[in-house]
Amino acid sequence: MKKLNLSGALISTVTFMLLAGWLLGIRMEPSSSGLKLALADEQHLKWLFIGMAAVFLSQLLHPIIFGNRKAKASSKKFSFKLPSPEQNPKAYRLVVSFALAAAIVWPFMVSRGSVDLATLTLIYVMLGLGLNVVVGLAGLLDLGYVGFYAVGAYTYALLSADGFGFWMCLPIAGAMAALFGFLLGFPVLRLRGDYLAIVTLGFGEIIRLLLNNLTHLTGGPNGISSIPKPTLFGLEFNRRLKGEGFDTFHNFFGISYNSQYKVIFLYLMALLLVVLTVIVINRLLRMPIGRAWEALREDEIACRSLGLNPTVVKLTAFTIGAGFAGFAGSFFAARQGFISPESFTFIESAIILAIVVLGGMGSQVGVILAAIIMTVLPEMAREFNEYRMLMFGLMMVFMMVWRPQGLLPMSRPHIELKEEAKA
Amino acid sequence: MNPLLEVNGLTMRFGGLLAVNNVALSLNEKEVVSVIGPNGAGKTTVFNCLTGFYKPTAGQILYRGEALQGLAGHQIARKGIVRTFQHVRLFKDMSVIENLLVAQHRHLNTNFLAGLLKTPAFKKSESDALAFAEYWLDKVDLKEFANRKAGNLAYGQQRRLEIARCMVTRPEILMLDEPAAGLNPKETDDLDKLIIDLRDNESVSVLLIEHDMKLVMGISDRIYVVNQGCPLANGKPEDIRNNPEVIKAYLGEF
Repeated sequence: MKKLNLSGALISTVTFMLLAGWLLGIRMEPSSSGLKLALADEQHLKWLFIGMAAVFLSQLLHPIIFGNRKAKASSKKFSFKLPSPEQNPKAYRLVVSFALAAAIVWPFMVSRGSVDLATLTLIYVMLGLGLNVVVGLAGLLDLGYVGFYAVGAYTYALLSADGFGFWMCLPIAGAMAALFGFLLGFPVLRLRGDYLAIVTLGFGEIIRLLLNNLTHLTGGPNGISSIPKPTLFGLEFNRRLKGEGFDTFHNFFGISYNSQYKVIFLYLMALLLVVLTVIVINRLLRMPIGRAWEALREDEIACRSLGLNPTVVKLTAFTIGAGFAGFAGSFFAARQGFISPESFTFIESAIILAIVVLGGMGSQVGVILAAIIMTVLPEMAREFNEYRMLMFGLMMVFMMVWRPQGLLPMSRPHIELKEEAKA
Repeated sequence: MNPLLEVNGLTMRFGGLLAVNNVALSLNEKEVVSVIGPNGAGKTTVFNCLTGFYKPTAGQILYRGEALQGLAGHQIARKGIVRTFQHVRLFKDMSVIENLLVAQHRHLNTNFLAGLLKTPAFKKSESDALAFAEYWLDKVDLKEFANRKAGNLAYGQQRRLEIARCMVTRPEILMLDEPAAGLNPKETDDLDKLIIDLRDNESVSVLLIEHDMKLVMGISDRIYVVNQGCPLANGKPEDIRNNPEVIKAYLGEF
C-alpha cells in the first residue's frame, strides 16, 4: 500500500486557494464610500470549492494511481527518433514524394478557409525552419526573430510601392533581412545564452518601434495597405487588371473568374518556398558550415582550438537564419496585402520559438509538424477562445514533462565509411 | 637548427596573482617535450597562453620565427598548433566521424554555392575529408564507432578521439594537456605508443603536460619543470629524475 500524499495535498490545496481565491472568491462591490470587497456569489464559490476538492483529492491519490505507472514508463524506452534519410534513402524519397504530392493536390479539394489556413501554416513552417538554424543548430537563443520577418515584409511593401514586382523583391527582401541579421550579429557575438536572448529581444522591439515611429516611411501604426499580390509570370489573379501585370489569369486562359484561384496560387507559392527552404537547409546541414554550427553549439572553446573562427560561424548562422525570415516576411506581406507593426510583436517571436522547441531542436520534420500543430490547433480551438493561451501553456508543460527533446528529434546523419560499404 | 617553437620570458598575471613567471621553453621538430610540475604550478596557463586562449602579460612566442602572442585562438590553431584539454571537450551530441569532419573545416571546400549545388569539387573535398577521417579513426581504433555519438563513447575512447580530432587538422605541434588522466594502465601504454607513432611517423612535435611519471620519463626527449609559475629545471629525463630540487618540489623522495 502506497502512502497517501497528505502534506503535499494540503500544500497544493492552500496554494490553489491563494491563487484562485483572488479571482473567484472575491468581488468588488460599489458602495457609498467607493469600492468594497465582498465574498463572491454562491455560483463562483461553488466552483472554487469544487476546484479545491479536485486538487486535494488528485494530489492525495497521486502516488496510488501514478506510483506504479511511473516506474513502468521509465523502464519502457520512450525515445523514438526520426531516422536520418541516409539510413534508407529509397523509403525516404518515397515518403517525401507522397507527402509533396498530397500537399499539391490537397488545396483543390478543400474549402477556401482551409487553404488560407494552410498558407499561414506554411509561413510559420518557413519561419520555424529559419529560426531552427539559429537556435536549433547554432544554439544561439534568438528572441527577436520577428524583427527580421518584419524587415522582409516592409522591404517588399515599400519596394512594391515603387513598382517592383514580387519575384524581384523576394531575393531583395531576403538579402535585406540577412543584412540586418549580419548587423545584429556583430554586437551580440560575445554573448551567449540568456544575455543573447535579452539583446535579441530588444532588437526585435527596436525594429517594431522604428516601424511604428518612422511614420513618413512606414506609415507608422497605420501600416502599409494595398500591397500587390504576387503574379504568375505577369498574370494577375484579380478580377480586373490592377497592377502592372499584362493580363489576368482567368482572362489569359479563357476561364471564368474564381477567387479560389488566387488562394490556391498563394498556397502553392508558399509550398514552393517551403520546399526550397527545406532543400537549402538540408544541404547546409551536410555542408561544412552546417557541421560548424552544430560544433559551435556543442563547444565553442573546442571549436576555437580546432581553428574554426567562432565569429564567422555565428555570423553566418545569424545571417542565413534572418534571410529565411526575410523571405517569409515578404511572402506574408504579399499574401495579406496589408502590414502594420501589430503583426510583428514579441508574441510572434515566442510562437516561432515554441515551434522550434516543440518540434525538437534541429529537426526539420519536427519543426514542420510543430508549425502545423501550433497554427491549426488554435484555429480549431476557436470556441475556447479565452482559454487558448491556457491550453498553449498546458501543452508546453506536458511536452517538457514527457518529451523534453521535442516531438520528432532527429538522429545524426549516418555517414557511410567506404570500406564498410564494400564489405 | 632553429627550434620550431621558442618561448621566452612568458609571463601571465591575473590581477595580483603571478600565474606564470618568466617561463622559457623550446620545441624542435619531431620532439616530445613534457612540462611537469605540481598542481597549480601554471602548466595549463602556459598552454592557454601558447594557444591564444589567454593573452600573455609579457613574453615572446615564436613559431618558426613568427610571433604568435596576441593572436586569437583559432588563428594560432590554423597555423598548425592544436591542443587537447584537461577535461575532454568533444562535440558530444555529434557522431564520432562528424567530430573529425568539423576539425577539417579549414581544409574543406566551404564555398556556399558549391555545397548547395554539390559540385564535383565539393564532393571531392568531402570524400577526401572522409577518407582522412577514416585513416585516423583506424589509427586510434575507433572505426567501428564511427556513427556512434561521441558522448556515448567510453572515457578512454573519448580521449583517443580527441587526439584524432586534433590530428585531422594536420598540425605541426600537438599540445596534450594531461592525456593520460583517468586512463587505465593498458590505455596509458597504448597512449604511449600512439604518441611515439605520432612523432616518428606523422612528424608532429608533441608538447605534453602529464602527471604520469612513467609515461613522461619514457617518451619525453626533454622535460621542463615548472613550480609556482617559475621554471625550476629543464633537461633530459635522467637529469630531471636526479635533480634534487625537482625531487623536493614535485617528484618526492623515492
